[in-house]
Parts: sequence; structure tokens; C-alpha cells
Amino acid sequence: MEVAMVKIQIDGTIYEVKPGKNLLETCLSLGFDIPYFCFHPSLGSVGACRLCAVKKYANSNDKTGRIVMSCMEPAVDGLIISVKDPEVKAFRASILESLMANHPHDCPVCDEGGECHLQDMTVMTGHNYRRFDFKKRTHKNQNLGPFIHHEMNRCIQCYRCVRFYRDYAGGKDLNVFGSANNVYFGRHEEGTLESEFSGNLAEICPTGVFTDKTLKKHFTRKWDLTNAPSICVHCSVGCNTIASERYGSLRRVVNRYNGDVNGYLLCDRGRFGYEFVNSTKRIKNPQLRQSKESALEVKEVSEIIPKLSEALKSKNIVGFGSPRASLEANFALSKLVGAENFYHGISDKEYHFTKLCLQILTSGAVHSPSLKEVEKANAIFILGEDVTNTAPMLALAIRQATRNKSIEKAEKIGIPKWNDAAVRELAQNIHSPLFIASPYFTKLDELAETTYRATSEDIARLGFAVASYISNDAPSVDNLNIDIQNQAKRIADALKQSKNPLIVIGVQGNEDIAHATANIALALKSIDKKPSLSIALPESNSMGLGIMEGKPFGELKIENDTTLVILENDLYRRVEKSLVDNLLEKCQNIIVLDQLMNETSSKADILIPTGTFAESEGTLVNNEGRAQRYYNVYPAIEPIRESWRWIAELIRIQGKPEGNSWQKFDDVVNSMVVSYPIFSKIKEYLPNADFRMFNEKISRQTMRFSGRTAMNANISVHEQKPPQDADSPLAFSMEGYQGVPPSSLTPFHWAPGWNSNQAANKYMVEPNGELKGGNPGIRLIENTTDQQQSYYKNIPQPFKPRNEGLFIVPVHQIFGSEELSSNGEALSSRIPEPFIKINLKEATRYSIRSNDTVHLTVENIDVLVKVEIDASIPDGVAGLSFNLPGMPFISLPKIGVIKKS
Amino acid sequence: MFSILRSIWLTFLHAFHKRETVGYPEKKPYLPPRYRGRIVLTRDSEGNERCVACNLCAAACPVDCISLQATEDENGRRYPEFFRINFSRCIFCGLCEEACPTYAIQLTPDFELGEYDRQSMVYEKEHLLISGEGKYHGYNFYKNAGVDMGVKAKGEGENEEPTVDLKSLLK
Repeated sequence: MEVAMVKIQIDGTIYEVKPGKNLLETCLSLGFDIPYFCFHPSLGSVGACRLCAVKKYANSNDKTGRIVMSCMEPAVDGLIISVKDPEVKAFRASILESLMANHPHDCPVCDEGGECHLQDMTVMTGHNYRRFDFKKRTHKNQNLGPFIHHEMNRCIQCYRCVRFYRDYAGGKDLNVFGSANNVYFGRHEEGTLESEFSGNLAEICPTGVFTDKTLKKHFTRKWDLTNAPSICVHCSVGCNTIASERYGSLRRVVNRYNGDVNGYLLCDRGRFGYEFVNSTKRIKNPQLRQSKESALEVKEVSEIIPKLSEALKSKNIVGFGSPRASLEANFALSKLVGAENFYHGISDKEYHFTKLCLQILTSGAVHSPSLKEVEKANAIFILGEDVTNTAPMLALAIRQATRNKSIEKAEKIGIPKWNDAAVRELAQNIHSPLFIASPYFTKLDELAETTYRATSEDIARLGFAVASYISNDAPSVDNLNIDIQNQAKRIADALKQSKNPLIVIGVQGNEDIAHATANIALALKSIDKKPSLSIALPESNSMGLGIMEGKPFGELKIENDTTLVILENDLYRRVEKSLVDNLLEKCQNIIVLDQLMNETSSKADILIPTGTFAESEGTLVNNEGRAQRYYNVYPAIEPIRESWRWIAELIRIQGKPEGNSWQKFDDVVNSMVVSYPIFSKIKEYLPNADFRMFNEKISRQTMRFSGRTAMNANISVHEQKPPQDADSPLAFSMEGYQGVPPSSLTPFHWAPGWNSNQAANKYMVEPNGELKGGNPGIRLIENTTDQQQSYYKNIPQPFKPRNEGLFIVPVHQIFGSEELSSNGEALSSRIPEPFIKINLKEATRYSIRSNDTVHLTVENIDVLVKVEIDASIPDGVAGLSFNLPGMPFISLPKIGVIKKS
Repeated sequence: MFSILRSIWLTFLHAFHKRETVGYPEKKPYLPPRYRGRIVLTRDSEGNERCVACNLCAAACPVDCISLQATEDENGRRYPEFFRINFSRCIFCGLCEEACPTYAIQLTPDFELGEYDRQSMVYEKEHLLISGEGKYHGYNFYKNAGVDMGVKAKGEGENEEPTVDLKSLLK
């Protein structure tokens, strides 16, 4: 929608700007450098720090003017202001001077130094000499757990941390204490921060009060890092990140702004999961098993070639792809083994669920929303998913969406959305309607209008009922009790009245729930609504793999002389142990390409070391259907190679033509586009390796990168040529283009005068808006086909508690249920012990108590678990922590029996 | 004609002047303490490394010949895990000394750095670290900084108030 522009006058020049924004945002998007602290584009303004002062004039005759805070001033037509008036500049310098009165002399040992908003603002205001001669206030620190380091002396009381942690992310355990000059930001007592988004404090805090503890262990200044644009590989949301390296190890992951996906934020799994790249479990050399009885031995590349060549001669080659490998690597594998022998390498349940979701998303009935669009939803129905644990950033977006009702209310009485404190004060407990149906308590429940505790069958029945109340054409559900009928009516009404209804399902659900969801979407469409459906899939490329042709596990038939090629996949996390054991036993040769030692890679006959997301490039498709590419942060150190490159080598050994024609990454992409025309959009959208900005590659290092002539001098004083990158338009060098590149190629955020992450605003059209040249990623799934669709009619039977045992449902954990991040040092300390959640009634029936360790047996698989009493679990049901390290895979839901040990 | 004779005469007179040539290396020239020669890393008055691995010297270095990695001891005290100067690249500009916030890195009057093998010009921390305080005595960064890294407790540094008691209502 085009909005009429307004004219404002800044220092004598007239600018045409968008109305509805505050003056600070407006000036920043016009390129003025106004210092600020308490304002953050995603948090809005509160006018607390008084730093962003500008002078406002009543009319053109007014020569005196008055000082106002630009963040609290709307950009209205005819406004006359000055940002460089001497009085207002002196005012800003004096504010900064007062803030600095208690700031310690810490910068050399402060991890924020060099990317500190306070440093930038101090330089910007011109304050450079300390006149305050008295002593400084000091505070004690707290140990806030493995992720965040606390250094309270550095605080300048901007309140951004609590505004983010409590107001924005719904955290409970960080608060502000004390008064006046003694204000303290921390927990009521020492302890680990509970929020899943605590890592953002390191980026939100404009000083060094909250810093990244994992970075602290191998600290490197921002200017010394080699960076690359990357995509988070730890869930299906596909948040954009900047991953950084120094001296050959990955140092940290920070947010890379993407206005359509993650905005300014990341979850803790995404931010701290990177440590797996430096794990001691990394496979760094090829390994070979001489005979089935012997152990794996480390070998040179040349030594494994003959064995590979022998194995690949087999007539029966079967390949297992992976939802955590890139499109290109999966495609290369399908070329190696032939499309008819390519298996997706995920559980059958997940396979069919993903395929069904794709079918629903492409059917034309429903739109697949970006996180930005999720934030705009004003009625949400979550079916069977604990989004906080499976797609944390999606949960954060839903949390923001529940504010829409209060924002609308505020706008009606003239309070703009950015006036954060006022909107929240007005809102009190008003939330947009959110309905959650899940088997157990989820963190979003506190915002929900109603919650419904049930198993997938009953949740699906509720969904079918909602659809039938929206449209009479949808099949109705029999034998529904009156409470659930009323709840269904209430949900139906809310969805019907909403402008942007959103339905959320996910990996914890099943096909019944997906069918119910499709019915709701279809019903909403029949009354001319535009429903959206967000699906929390399990892994970073689940959607991409789903789009590719491939077979489910169940169709696998193994001949005696089969060679198995497993790509970046621990099959023991996908299918029951006995099945995998059986499969691996039958195969003649097992070739595994992976990054970390795990149960599958330790059973390989030939083990090939592949690069992680930091040492390779590849394209991932997120749950929205958005294809995004990650790039090498540093070159893989031989014999570690990118998966696609190793597979190209295998194809060469096998003697197929692709083997020789695949020299560069773009060659694989070109081949892939031929086989999968749907991916041609990726090729059109993402610049290839020949792309140049003003004849230069884009530099991965900052202009201030240090130690170039000394870092390798211990090996040889003769400096080597920097590594060349033939696969991407980025350079492993400080030489190259340093300005604003295409948004999907941004290796770091920096602008003159803006060393902190707030420099990101210089890459955008407006703060919190779109990146210059559009947000990264290309959507592959557009809801354009308008085929006639019919309602699903297979309504499941209601759930009945079974006598033979408890109905076990999976409980996903943000820390632990994802494979790669679980190998990170800091993150692994947050993984809970395997547990089972049951309600008190069931616990009494089995006469077990909280914290008891019990045996749970599900279809001959026995697992030791700790008991947690959770009142939210329905009778006859128990929740089992899903796929934590050390737990055997169990395909859930199933009936299980508890025995006291 | 006259000018030729004059030149010969003046040259002859030099035979009786004081010698300008110094008998180096037998005789060492005097160099002032602030002469910019070989770089050293110093210790504080308690004998601990002054370097806090802040990376400012490396950033200031115009030829990028300083490279280091920060690490921490059990008290969280920052120090360099390794500290390397490639003297075959160093131009002895002294910017690293100017950038150093802790007086750790200092240039000394020693200029005798000749080597037959260029690889020997690469100095690691053990070659750079001396046992004294160098030119600047008495300064200990950690006593002035706000952090508690085992040198002084919070609120006990120079220029610091005692720590705030959040449980008290009297402040």
C-alpha cells in the first residue's frame, strides 16, 4: 500500500519521508548519524537515555527552537528540526559525559571493545575528556550460566536488556533491581538464564555488560575475524547468521539481519550451537576398515581411493541423503547412486509428513508465511507443537504477533506502534487470540486464550471440528464433548474474524493434524480469508530434501553386495537401532561422509571427512520454502572437503561424466537446475562465483584485519598467497569490496563511525525494514496453483487411555534434540538428562515419584529415564524427551511400559 | 686555481680534527631510552605479565607484523596465549607502544637485530617478555580497571567506591 509521503525540514534541507515512523528512525534512514542508546529498532523507543536529542522549531520564524528527543517525536508534515545545532550537540555530549561518569576503565579487557555501541556513541558525540573527579560506582557480577558473561560495572542503565528479555522475549528471570544510581540488571540470585533467547543480550546490550561467554574462551576482536554470510543449520527456520573465524577455528556466530526471517535476533541454539565445528569429535582424516572385524584406521586420501573404487563398482549402490546436508550435496549423492537408489534418510513418519506438508503448501489453499508475516498474524492456532523447542524463532515471532490487538488499540487512540512503553502500558493483558492444542505445557501457553491438552488424535479432531464450524462443507466430527465443541467454535470464530489467520503445526504432529490443518485452511479460503500455515520441520534442509525426489526408508531392499553411501546422516537418530544394525550388517561396503564421529560414522568401512557449514557452501530451504545460501567462512583444510566435492570425486572414481565436469560449486548448481527446474530460481537469484562489485570480490575481512604478516610466521616467515575461492564471489582477504554488497552476500556489518552491530541499519532502507536490494533468500513455494481441492475426511478416532501402558509422545528439547548443536561444549551443558513427564495420577498408579529413575520399555527398546511430574499431561499419556544424546531412537507416539528400577 | 688550492688545504686540515667515525661494534653509541629499537613485553611491579591481549598493538601496526591470541587464567585474568612479532616486517614506528593501554609493549634502544636466517626474526612471547617494568614504573592496569581478575576485588581498585549493596534501602 502506498502511503502519502510527508515533508520535513532538517537543517534547512527538505526531505520527503514516510509518515508513521519516529524522527530518530527517519533521520537514521536518511543517513544522519544521531546517537542513541535506549532505542533499538526491534524494541521501539521509550525516551529514557536522552541521547538522541534534536532541536525542533515551531515554525520558520522560530529561531530559538527547543530540544526534543527524536525517538519520541513522530515524523509529521511540516516539521522543522536541526540535528547539528551547537546547543543540541553540547546537550548530547553532556548526556554521554554523565553516562560515562561510572563507566570503568575496561575497554582493553572488555569483549565488546571494537564493536561497542557506547564507544561509537562516545566518539560520535565528541566527549573525550573526563572531568568527573570522584570515585566510580561498582557492582558485583553474577554467573549467568554457560552462555552469557556478566560484568555489571559497565552498565549505562539504558534498560534495553530487560525490555528485550522480559517484554519482547517473555523471559521471567532477568530484572532490574535497586534505584537511583544503584540500578542493577541481573537475576534475583545467581543462576543460568532460562530464556531460549538469552544470547541476544550480548547483541542488544550497547556496552559490555552481557557478552558471549563462548567467545570469551577464544576471544578475538571483531576487526580480526574472517566472516562469511551463513545460515543457521540447527532448525528449519533458516535464520541468517554471520559466522566468524580466526587462526583456523570458528570463533562465534552472530545475527545477520534479514527483515523477512530473523530480524535482529537469534535463538541460543543457533547462536551457541556453532561450537560443534571445533569439537574433538570432528573427523579430520579419511579412515578405513580393512575387514569387517578390524577397527577404523586413519589413512591418506590416496590410500582409500582403491578401496572406494572397488566399493563403487558394485551394481547395487544405495545412497542416504540428509535433511542437514545442503541441496547440492544431496543432489550430488542422488547423481552418484542414481535417483532410483536415493533415499531421504529420515524416518518414514517424517518423510510422509514432510511430503504431505509440501502438498498442502503448494495446493493453493494456504500461504507459507515468512517470520515477518507471522508477526503480522492476528489470530493464531497452534496444533500439537511446542514451537519454543522445535523452532524457537517462530515462537518469538508468534509472541510478537499476540501484541497486534494491543497495537491496533493504541493506534486507534493515536499512540504509534514504536512508542513501546505507552503501547505496553495500554495493553496490560490484551493479547490477539492465540489457541494452543498440545499434549503438554508449552512456554507460549501464558499468552493463549485457551489451551487444550490432548494427544495428536484429539488435537486433529479439534482441528477438524474447527474447520467444520468455519465452513459447513467441511466434514463434521461426531461424538465431540460439549467443552471441546465450544472451544472449537471459539477458535473458528476468532479465525473467521481475523484479517491474517495463522495456523502452526510441526514435527511433533502427525498426518492427521496436517489433514485437519488443510481443512481449516480450505474452510477459511472458502469464506475469502487468506490463511497462512507455518510448519516447524525438524531440520535445516528438511524442506529442501522434501522437494527432491527420493524414497522413504520403508521401501529399502538390500541385496548382499550392496554399497551404502551415507551423507551427513546418523541413521541411529532416524530409525530404530535394530533396523539400522540389520541394514549395516547386510551391506558389503559402507561409505560414510560426515563431520562428526557418531554411531553411524563409527560403523563405516570407509569414512570420509566433510566440511561443516563453516567450511563449505550450500543452499538450504527453510520451512517457509525460502532458499538461502551459506558460504565458506574459511577454506576446508585438506583432506576435509565440501561434501559435494567429495561426492564429485566419488563420481569421478565411478567414471560418470559429472565427475570431471564438476570442478566448481556453480557446476553442481547448474546440473541441479537441469534436474530440478524448481531450483532454477535459486540460480537466478543468488550471484554466482563470477559476480563482482566494481570489479572486486567481496572481502571477508575488515579493513582493520591485523597480524597478516605474523599469524603464520611461526610456520614460515615467507608469507603465502591468501587462499583463493573459486566457488563464491567472496574473497579470503581484506582486499576487495568493503561497502554494502547484495544482501545475501553480506559478510559483516560495518559502516564508518558504526563499529557495533547497529551498523546493520546502514544496510537497510530503514531501521527494522528491508535490506537494500531486498531481503536475502528466494521463495520456492508460491501459492499460485489454484487447483480445486477437496476436504480430507479421514477423521481419527478419539484417544482412549490404554490398559497395557502409557501412550508415549515425544517432547522435543531446544538443547539436545538437534544433533549438531548437542556437540557444542557450552550447549551440551544445558542438555537435560533423559526424562519422562507424567501427571500425578499416573505417577501414583505406577507408584513412582518425581526424580525417580525408571525403565521405560517401548517395543523392546529399554531406556532409563528420570521422572518429572507435570500436571499438564493428560491421563494415560506420558512425554518422553526426544532424541537426546545417549538415548536410543524411538519412533513415537507408541505405547510404553514403565518399570521401577 | 685558488679554489683548488683552498680545497687541498682544507682537506689537509681535517687530518688534525677529532674523528667522526665511531669504533662500532667495539665501542657502543649512546642511544636515549626512548629510542625505537627492539620491542619487548614488560611485567608489572608484582612480576606478572602486563599484556592483557587487547589486540590494540596488532590493530595499530601498519605492517601487520604483530599477531596474538587472548586466553585467561583461573581468575579470568587476560593474557596472551601466544604473542608473535615478525621483526623482518617491523618498521620500528612505535605505534604499538603508543596504542598499548597497559605499558606492556615497549620499544628499547637495542637495534642489533641482524640475523643470517630470516626465520630467526620471528619472535615469540618467550623471546619478547622481559622480567622488568621497562621505561614506565609502577603502573598496574588491573588496579585501575573495573574488572575483578584476581588482582583486586570489585570496589577495591583505585578510584572505586565499595560495591553497591542491593539489599540495602539506605542508599
